[in-house]
Amino acid sequence: MSTTTRREAGPAAATADYLDQRTGVGTAVKAFARKIFPDHWSFLLGEIALFSLVVLLISGVFLTAFFVPSMNETTYSGPWAAMQGVQMSEAFASTLRLSFEVRGGLLMRQIHHWAALLFMASIVTHMMRVFFTGAFRKPREINWVVGFTLMLLGLAAGFTGYSLPDDVLSGNGLRITDGVIRSVPILGSYISYFLFGGEFPGHDLIPRLFTIHILVVPGLILALVGLHLFFVVLHKHTQYPGSGRTDSNVVGYPLFPVYTAKAGGFFFIVFSVIALMAATMTINPVWNYGPYDPSPVSAGSQPDWYMLFLDGALRLMPGQAEVVIGGFTLSLNILIPAMVIPVVLFAALAAYPFIEAAVSGDKREHHVLDRPRNVPFRTAFGVSVLTAFVVLILAGSNDLIATHFHLSVNDIIQSLRVLLFVAPAFAFWITKRICLGLQRRDRELVLHGHETGRIVRFAHGEYVEIHRPLDDDERWLRVQHETRRPLEIEPAEDSRGVRRKGYRADRFRQRLSRLFFEDRVEPVTPAELAAAHVHGEHDTLSVGPAPAGAHSAITQGVEADERNH
Amino acid sequence: MSTHLNPGHKTSNEVARTAHALPDRFPNPGHPEHHDRRSDFDPAADKRAERQVVVLLTISILGTIGFIVAYFAAPPGQTVASMRTSNLLLGLGLFFGLGGIGAAAVHWAKSLMNDHEKSEERHPQRSSDETRAAAVEVLAEGAADSGIGRRGVLKGALVSALALFPLMIVLPLIGDVGQDWDVSKFKHTWWKKGTKLAKDPSGQPIKAADVTIGSVFHVIPADLHEAAHPLDEKAKAVVLLVRLDPRDLKEADDRKGWSYDGIVAYSKICTHVGCPVALYEQQTHHLLCPCHQSTFDVGDGAKVIFGPAKRPLPQLPIAVDAEGYLVAQSDFHEPVGPSFWDRLK
Repeated sequence: MSTTTRREAGPAAATADYLDQRTGVGTAVKAFARKIFPDHWSFLLGEIALFSLVVLLISGVFLTAFFVPSMNETTYSGPWAAMQGVQMSEAFASTLRLSFEVRGGLLMRQIHHWAALLFMASIVTHMMRVFFTGAFRKPREINWVVGFTLMLLGLAAGFTGYSLPDDVLSGNGLRITDGVIRSVPILGSYISYFLFGGEFPGHDLIPRLFTIHILVVPGLILALVGLHLFFVVLHKHTQYPGSGRTDSNVVGYPLFPVYTAKAGGFFFIVFSVIALMAATMTINPVWNYGPYDPSPVSAGSQPDWYMLFLDGALRLMPGQAEVVIGGFTLSLNILIPAMVIPVVLFAALAAYPFIEAAVSGDKREHHVLDRPRNVPFRTAFGVSVLTAFVVLILAGSNDLIATHFHLSVNDIIQSLRVLLFVAPAFAFWITKRICLGLQRRDRELVLHGHETGRIVRFAHGEYVEIHRPLDDDERWLRVQHETRRPLEIEPAEDSRGVRRKGYRADRFRQRLSRLFFEDRVEPVTPAELAAAHVHGEHDTLSVGPAPAGAHSAITQGVEADERNH
Repeated sequence: MSTHLNPGHKTSNEVARTAHALPDRFPNPGHPEHHDRRSDFDPAADKRAERQVVVLLTISILGTIGFIVAYFAAPPGQTVASMRTSNLLLGLGLFFGLGGIGAAAVHWAKSLMNDHEKSEERHPQRSSDETRAAAVEVLAEGAADSGIGRRGVLKGALVSALALFPLMIVLPLIGDVGQDWDVSKFKHTWWKKGTKLAKDPSGQPIKAADVTIGSVFHVIPADLHEAAHPLDEKAKAVVLLVRLDPRDLKEADDRKGWSYDGIVAYSKICTHVGCPVALYEQQTHHLLCPCHQSTFDVGDGAKVIFGPAKRPLPQLPIAVDAEGYLVAQSDFHEPVGPSFWDRLK
C-alpha cells in the first residue's frame, strides 16, 4: 500500500505501477493512507461489532459445509449414545455430527454462537456510546439510521440462526413466535401459514430460515456495513472534546501505519477472545436438549440475551388484556408486549436524532462529542430507556431469579410490573440530577481549582486550604461546551394583531424544547472566573482585619500559581 | 491567557478592570504538549519493546503449531469428555495463535510507532453554491433531453409498469408459500370419538385403572403415527392427564360428563403463546407453563390463576371403553393453543 507511489525499481514498485496505470489507485492511496482517526477506547465498540461480524462470516462458512438445513426425519446412529435410535430432523442430526464427528466443528459452532452474542452486545453498547455522546447529530443522522437498521438485522440474524439446529429450546422459541404472530388481528393465521408453510411446525421452516440466515440477512448487513463505514470516512470520525480539538478539525493518528496495526491487531484480539470463550465456555449444548418435539420443555429456558426483553415483556403482561370484540379475539396480552412495546421502543430510538434536532433548532455540524453530563435530558432519557430494558430482561429471567434467590415467581412478576413504570421514571430523575450535579462540580472546579489538602495558617490565626487552579487543558475540557437553550419562537400575533400561521406547531416545539433544555448549568465564562478570584481575595481579606503582610505571608509558602479560597 | 486570569496580588480594582475586557468564552488552548514515551529517548527501552513484539509473534506461531498438533492428536471421540478436550485444545491453539498476532500488532503500534498526534481539517458536507447550481443545471439538461416533463402519458405508463411488475414475483411466492392456506386447521386436532389416550412418547394406550390419584400422564392420541404429518398433529394434540381425588374436583355443570372418576384431560398447549404446559404441582393441582409462568388450576377447570394467559386450557372429554382403556369422547370443543383473530367464529 505504501509503496505504490514510489518510483524506485523493484517488484513492489512494478506492481504498484501496473495497478496505478489501470486503476489510478495512487489517488486513493494519497487521499486515504494517512487519513487521521481520533483515538478513544469507546470507539473500539463499533470495531468489536465489525470484527465479530467477520468472525461470524468465517465460522458461518465453515458451518454451512456440514449443516443440513432439512426437517426430514432421520434416525440418529452417530457416536452420541444418549441419542441412539432417536427420531430427529436432519438439521438436528447434522448439528450433532458437527459437535461429535467434525474436528473443530464444536469449536466453530461455539465461536459462531459466542460471536453472535458479542456482535449484538457490541452493537448495543456502540449505539449507547453514539447516543450518549451525541455522535448522531448533524451530519450523521442518516448514519444513525443505517446503524439502527443494522441492529435490527443483527436481531434477525440472531433469531434465524438460533432456530436452525431444531433442538427443543429453539423449537419452543419458534412455537412462541408462532403464538405471537397468530395474535395479529385478521392476518395472524395467514402470516403463520406464510412463515411455516402451513401449520406449525411443518416441513419448510428450517430451509427457509437457512436461506434468510445465510444469504438475505448477511447480504443486507454487509451492504449496510459498507454504507456505514463509507459515511464514517466521508464525515471523518467524531472526537472527544479536548485542547486543540474543534468542529473543524480531526486530531489523531494516521490510518497507515498506526490504525492499520491497531485495528488490524484488534481484529485478531477480538477473534482470539471469542476463540477462548468457545474453548472454555459451553454454549447451547443441544446434545443435552434433544431434537424438537412439541411436547417436552424444560424449566429455565431463556432465549439469547438480545431477545430476553421481548420474552420478559410477554411474561409481565397480565392475561386480562385479551378481549373479544364482536366474536373476534384481540389478544392485547400478546400484542402489547410483543409488538407495541418493541415498535415504540425502536421507533423512539430511530427517531431520536431528528426529534432532538427539531427541538434544539440547531442546524450546525457537530464533530466534537458531548460529555453526557452536559446534555442532562438526553442522558437521562437514554438511561431511563435502558432501565426499562433491564427491567424487561429481569422479567425474562424471572424463573431463574426465583430459583436462585428462593423467591416467589408471582411476587417477582408483580414487583416488576410496578418497576417497569417506576424504575425508568426514577432513573430519569436521578440521572438528570447527577448530570446537573456533575456540571456544577465542573463549575466549582474551574472556579476554585483542585483541593490540595494543604492547610495554611494566617498570621492572625485563620486556617485556609490551598486550592491549585486548573491548567489550560483541564479547564478547557470543562468549559468548551455550549449550553443549549429552549427555542425562542415568534409571538402568536404580528404587530397588527393578526394571528400567524404555524404558531401552534411552533408552540409545541417550544414546549418540547423546554422539556429538553430548561434545566441547565452554564459553563464558566472568563469573567466569572476572574470574578471568583476577586471574590476569593475579598473572602480572605474580609475574614478579619489582618495585618497588611498577612496575605503575602501565606503565598510565600506555596507556589506562585496556587491560590487560596 | 492564564496570566490575566490569575490576578495574583493585584488589587480588586485592577481585576475588575480586566474583567470588562474578557471574552464571552474561553479560547481553545490549542494542542496539548506531547510527552515522549520511554522508548522514544531510551534505546534500551526501544530494543526491549521490539523484543516483546517478537516474543508475542513467537507465541502466535507456537499457538498455531499447537492447534495443528491438537487437530491430529485429540479427535472429538465418542464421549462428551473427549469432545470437550478436543474443543479446549483446539480453542486454546486458536486463542494463542490469533491473540499473539493481535497483541504484537497493538504493542508495536503503541510503543514503537510515531505517536505524535496529527490534525486534519474538516470541511462542511454541503456542496458549494456553484456546485449545487451546476448539479441542478445538469439535471435540468437531462430532464429536458428526455422530455419527461412534456410526455405525461408516457410518464404514467412507465410508473404503472414499474409498480406492477413485482407482482410477477410476489404473487407466486405468496400463493404457494403457505401451502393450502386452510387456516381452519387450527380449530381441529387429531382427537376423535373413541381415540385411545396413549403415553407420550411410547404410544402405549392407558387404562383408567393404571392412573392412580395424584399421578400425571403426558398423553398423545394412540393412532397419531397414522397422521400424514405426525409432528404437526402432535403440536396440537398433546394432552396432560391427571387424576384428582373427586372431592377436590370442581366441575362446571356442562362438563360433568367430561371426566372419569376424577381423571381429567387438558390440552397441554398453553393458551398464551403455545408452550407445553408441563410443570404439575401435585399438592395444589396447579399447572405451570415454564415459558411465561401462566398458572392453571387443574382442580377448577384449568382456569388461569396467574400470568399472561387469559383462557383456561381446553378440556378433552374422556370416557372408558369396554376394555377399560381411556378414550376421547370427541375432539376438543374449542381451538387449542394460542388465541387468534377468528378462533370463536
